[in-house]
Amino acid sequence: MRAVKIAVLQLALIMLMVLPVRALDVEISNFKLANGMEVVVIPNNRAPVVTHMVWYRVGSADEVSGKSGLAHFLEHLMFKGTSKRAPGEFDRLIDINGGEGNAFTTSDYTAYFQRIASDRLELMMELEADRMQNLVLTDENVLPELDVVREERRERTDNDPSALLGEQIDAAMYTAHPYGKPVIGWMSEVAKLTRADAMAFYRAHYTPANAVLVVAGDVTPEQVKVLAEKYYGVLKNSFTPQPRVRTPEPDPIAARRVTLIDARAASPAVQRSYLAPSYSASTGHEALALDLLADILGSGTQSRLYKSLVIDQKIAAYAAAWYSGDQMDSGTFGVYGAPNPGVDVAKVEAAMDAVLADLLKNGVTQQELDRVRNQAIAERVYTLDNQAALARMAGVALTTGLSARSIFDRDVEIGKVTLDDIRAAAARIIVLKRSVTGVLLPEPQTLN
Amino acid sequence: MRLLFLRIIVAGFTLAISFTSAYAIEIKEVTSPGGIKAWLVENKAIPLIAMNFSFEGGSTSDPAGKEGTAHFLTGMMDEGAGDLDGAAFQALRDELAVRINFDSGMDQFEGSLQTLSKNRAQAFDLLKKVLTAPHFEKTAMERVRQQFLVSAINDEQEPESLASRAWMELAFGSQLYARKSSGTPQSLAAITPDDLRAMHRLLFSRKGLKVAVVGDIDAASLALMLDDVFGGLPDTEPPKPVSGVTVAKGPVVKVIDRDIPQSIIVFGNEGILRSDPDFIPAFIMSEILGGSGFASRLTAEIREKRGLTYGIGFGLSPMDHAGLNVGSLGTRNEKAGEALAIVKDTLKKMADEGPTQAELDDIKTYLTGSYALRFDTNNKIAGQLLGIQEENLGIDYINKRNSMVEAITLDQVKAQARRLIDSERLIVTVVGKPEGLKSTGTGG
Repeated sequence: MRAVKIAVLQLALIMLMVLPVRALDVEISNFKLANGMEVVVIPNNRAPVVTHMVWYRVGSADEVSGKSGLAHFLEHLMFKGTSKRAPGEFDRLIDINGGEGNAFTTSDYTAYFQRIASDRLELMMELEADRMQNLVLTDENVLPELDVVREERRERTDNDPSALLGEQIDAAMYTAHPYGKPVIGWMSEVAKLTRADAMAFYRAHYTPANAVLVVAGDVTPEQVKVLAEKYYGVLKNSFTPQPRVRTPEPDPIAARRVTLIDARAASPAVQRSYLAPSYSASTGHEALALDLLADILGSGTQSRLYKSLVIDQKIAAYAAAWYSGDQMDSGTFGVYGAPNPGVDVAKVEAAMDAVLADLLKNGVTQQELDRVRNQAIAERVYTLDNQAALARMAGVALTTGLSARSIFDRDVEIGKVTLDDIRAAAARIIVLKRSVTGVLLPEPQTLN
Repeated sequence: MRLLFLRIIVAGFTLAISFTSAYAIEIKEVTSPGGIKAWLVENKAIPLIAMNFSFEGGSTSDPAGKEGTAHFLTGMMDEGAGDLDGAAFQALRDELAVRINFDSGMDQFEGSLQTLSKNRAQAFDLLKKVLTAPHFEKTAMERVRQQFLVSAINDEQEPESLASRAWMELAFGSQLYARKSSGTPQSLAAITPDDLRAMHRLLFSRKGLKVAVVGDIDAASLALMLDDVFGGLPDTEPPKPVSGVTVAKGPVVKVIDRDIPQSIIVFGNEGILRSDPDFIPAFIMSEILGGSGFASRLTAEIREKRGLTYGIGFGLSPMDHAGLNVGSLGTRNEKAGEALAIVKDTLKKMADEGPTQAELDDIKTYLTGSYALRFDTNNKIAGQLLGIQEENLGIDYINKRNSMVEAITLDQVKAQARRLIDSERLIVTVVGKPEGLKSTGTGG
């Protein structure tokens, strides 16, 4: 075992080096325009390129009941023209200026972005400011786009049994809170969305005071401020955004279980999600503790689940854990296992349960905590290489109730998480009644 | 997400259109004392180093009946090397936050390393161990085999994977490119430790090596590192298993029946090599027809006007010894026949008439203007530099590229449309329950 000892010695040295270092040392500027629109600038002059993003504090969890998919449908329709720009002109202007653009929607936010040469930033602002207030929709372009969205749902969800199972797990997790709805919407509801629905949603949610501008890349805060005042600062608010209060999820009282039997699934899998707080909806270090706990349990080949199920027992091909804490109102903590060919999925679930029981009984070790903490801090340095990722971090923070600074300062806070924080978070969250267990089975006969 | 193309196409394809452009970055060619060459872009702005490298030869060197051997090798490269067993290797790698990855294409075996520059000595030492002294320990190998088996079993049901693989089989018949580079459940089960050792000896040679490095390291340090990391590899000739490849011609349609609501359609025909003198006008033509922006003709006809798909793309896919033009889309089963008919009409119109001057002007400003987006992270720059080396385009290619695009005329692009697009002889594979399409023809 000589080799192992050498490695351990090297590890100890590295830990000493890594721990005090601040990984993500990013200068950001964060200010508000007079109309309330928030602005974040992240200078990064690696290349003469900018990432320009406009985020709206609205997502699928802000839709009214029966209109699931509306926030995402509107995202598609935002490219269909304004009173100043014909349909298609937006995309063409970005193309001929050598840019790339797209958009995305989640439960909590809708974001639009372009990556383009930094000397074209002004044009991007002109285009985004225009469509924040002047969208024009006709049935001629709305109806084909509704078909596009339905194809998107078929491609990404209905054709894929594991995506369908994920949707069922979310639906079972939330009995009252709208996080139980899929962002893309239920097909039966998407099919009935109309131009009037989209315009009403647009008028109710798209206004400067409900938006966040993030610019990262080859710019200075001063340049961005001048341009932002010129294009976004002059816009008048059509309404005053109210606090986003969604139907709260009652404390869970019963473990739930969903099983999807689908002939299209080639191999079985099991996952369990526990209702957990998110960064935004937690206090102290609970969210960070859950992040580190997920790493200890199920990130990489040294994690507890991988070691137990894959390496030692040889019953699973993959085993992992995650913490999803970026939502505004709540998050999930979860574990996952994919059996080796021929192994019963129930055996994998039982082995996961045993790992969790041991964790709850005996806690984690200081060595494990140090390992995942150092690695988490070191890994964050890679984010410095990617201006689009930096911009995205800021946008997520500001549309889910966090400050932009807090998300970059997270590596400082990681150093403060204690074994007690982890023990307390595990005891509170890894409780069966908070959970939904989802099982994917290829064939009915493996059920019992 | 407003747009997400179906993964076009086919396991083992490197979409190596190294179509880069005039962007002022300084590339140095570094030659080590031992004669190993690398391209370097030095950048000290952030404390990171990215290195991409490749060896000539890849999955086409898999022994018959043992398809997936090179792919299997990629999974064994962190399972112990030199004086470190698998667990010790992984612990050290993770603690250093070093990223080492391998990928086996049809014609190249590629690797990458990313590290914090302060850890570079340990990072390069780990890489050296992996390259020169990997363990193919039996227990680890069985574990990795189970992982690849699960993936291979899932691929046999995954619609896009099924459609792509069937397409490659129709295009290449019994030739090496038709094989699945990630292997089948049967072939993966047959691979032994000796097979991995033999593949390692075959592929990892200094003669077939290309290296690109970007970030916080100077030329002198890199030169020493090159000898240290790669100097211990043999100087043997890289494998050349592929020659005289032919691509079948359609018309042929193969429907693979699956109970899914959306049919996945892959369509295409023979294309050209990257070394073809007309590659750039051909690439411009394919971008206008099916490129990645929202303005392509296929996106306009199939998605924007008719709402028949979420994503359609079509383009050149050059491999080392064969070129392809391949596209794909997903559409609801009821509309599959209609969607393919419109694809064919759109292709035919391009072949008959070519693009308009306005389309050519627009695509040129897009291609030349978006140059810098390919160079805005260390990883992307390293990927570009390696691709340019693999395609033998020359160290000055980045500075010439935009003027090469600018110089292309409408007649050149029209000529490529006539030459490369043949809507009547497409090879088409469909997975789903498509209405209006059935299997026809056998190719030839």
